[in-house]
Amino acid sequence: MAATKRTRTPRWVLSLAGLVVALVFLAPYLVMIVGSFKTRAEILGVPPTYLPTEWHPENYLSMWSTPETPLPYNMVSTIVISVCATLLVLTVAMPAAYYTARTRFPGRLVFLLLVLVTQMLQPTVLAAGLFREFLAIGINDTWLAMILVNAAFNLSFAVWIMHSFFAGVPKEIDEAATLDGASRLQTLRQVTLPLVWPGIVTAVIFTFVAAWNEFAASLVVLTTAENQPLSVALTKFVGQYSTSWQYVFGVSIVGIIPVVVLFALIERRLVAGLTAGGVK
Amino acid sequence: MTSAKAEARPTTAPPERPRKRSRRRQELVAALPWIGPTLALILTIVLFPAAYMVWTSVRDVSSFGVDRGPAGLDNYQRLLEFDAFPRVLLNTVVWVVGVVAITVLISLALAQLLNKAFPGRRLVRLAVIVPWASSVVMTSVVFYYGLDPFYGIFNQMLVDIGLLEAPYGFTKNAVPAFLVSMAIAVFVSLPFTTYTLLAGLQAIPEETFEAAQVDGAGAGRTYLEITLPSLRPALAVATIINIINVFNSLPILRTITGSIPGYDADTTTTLIFKFIQADRQVDTASAMSVVNFVLVLVIILGYLRIVRPMRED
Repeated sequence: MAATKRTRTPRWVLSLAGLVVALVFLAPYLVMIVGSFKTRAEILGVPPTYLPTEWHPENYLSMWSTPETPLPYNMVSTIVISVCATLLVLTVAMPAAYYTARTRFPGRLVFLLLVLVTQMLQPTVLAAGLFREFLAIGINDTWLAMILVNAAFNLSFAVWIMHSFFAGVPKEIDEAATLDGASRLQTLRQVTLPLVWPGIVTAVIFTFVAAWNEFAASLVVLTTAENQPLSVALTKFVGQYSTSWQYVFGVSIVGIIPVVVLFALIERRLVAGLTAGGVK
Repeated sequence: MTSAKAEARPTTAPPERPRKRSRRRQELVAALPWIGPTLALILTIVLFPAAYMVWTSVRDVSSFGVDRGPAGLDNYQRLLEFDAFPRVLLNTVVWVVGVVAITVLISLALAQLLNKAFPGRRLVRLAVIVPWASSVVMTSVVFYYGLDPFYGIFNQMLVDIGLLEAPYGFTKNAVPAFLVSMAIAVFVSLPFTTYTLLAGLQAIPEETFEAAQVDGAGAGRTYLEITLPSLRPALAVATIINIINVFNSLPILRTITGSIPGYDADTTTTLIFKFIQADRQVDTASAMSVVNFVLVLVIILGYLRIVRPMRED
């Protein structure tokens, strides 16, 4: 790699190019931040202003009672659905990943293939089927339905990434613990888990962010305004005669910052994790 | 299903058979507590609705969800007779091929930049992540606002730097709104693609480049003859995952073109949701979903056949 790094391009040119790239990628979010501090009159003013003439941080308090959609409920929905889906994925995927990495049993390959196949499917493709199924069993328009959807569709990724981490722990470490008289669960908890921690964190954050931003299935399954997550609720502002954009942006910033921070924490493992399923 | 398969498998030594079979069954029973919950979730929330959807596509379902009996291929026929269908198919191809191709090309350049050492690189990499983590709905909404012809800040910016004479109604008509949506789709696909290619670049052994330098290859030739071929697996992963994601993308078009009447800015995916929600035709929507799934498979197989990303040299 050193050969290509020793390039004729001066480093300040690279830094400048990097700065331009960073600005382009951040531009929409900077517009959101700036817009969230404007008054309604100013954000709908013609021509628009780049920076607010007056900064109104109190927008972040008043936005919760905007008439378009019950935002506090939407926030709670988003949190409940993503947290529960993540916990469900963790409790369901971890044993499966551990067992398939440690034990050969009949049907193991079939099981792993099945998991891989679900990675190709997305809730968008199956929305019509999910809608019919949930109507039939009577859980349409409930958090439970969306918790199950978010868990099921992020499961394959979680199983694959954790599987590859578990498979990377030498079996001898397990065996040594078992010889010392530890039970299988004790071994898992006290010996293996600390070693595969990065894989678990990656799976958890990835699932959480995907559930937090899920849109297509929620749009079809959750019909009551109070049950809808932020992603669905915010589309109601678009196409209105005069939109309270400052509130849309305030809520968006609140909805974006926590997940960006989480994603940044696993930055180095993002790709290794994503391609784990494909490479194996 | 798995147990039946395991039992049906012939064993070589007949006398051992009963014992072997019962051992296999024991092993499977022992595995169930560990893999059972995953299996249950996949079967009930992924495979069952998939099967149910295929079933619904050949049934006549009322707008209140009542199954009125078999419909044969009527739902598929209704799709074919749907006036806007050719346009929607064309849009879908333009959408998938255009967005994925442009995304990959820009990402190749971005990955090259981010692979070089320069002051501030870590911050640039973090900035590139932001659209990936952010809700696509929220990103689309801010673009919709920014491109408004009256109060839109991006429109104003384009006028101020002299690219436009006057603000333009990007989101008011089907064709420009569709192109804007494609640009946003590229924007939100770049982070994942760039990161995948970056990982690919970092996996190329240093010696490969040193050898090229000894041979006196220039920067351009080195890139075309060494870097690009070595990137092939990463490119394949990035392209296939992008095809699936872009094909299934709903929020961008829904936000940007959702309030434009007609079907001129629809892809097959957004059409499914119009069938479900506006027309309450779950049966037609199911038929469309089945067609959609077949389409994405065909596009991926076509890509694998034409580009042959996995071939060995």
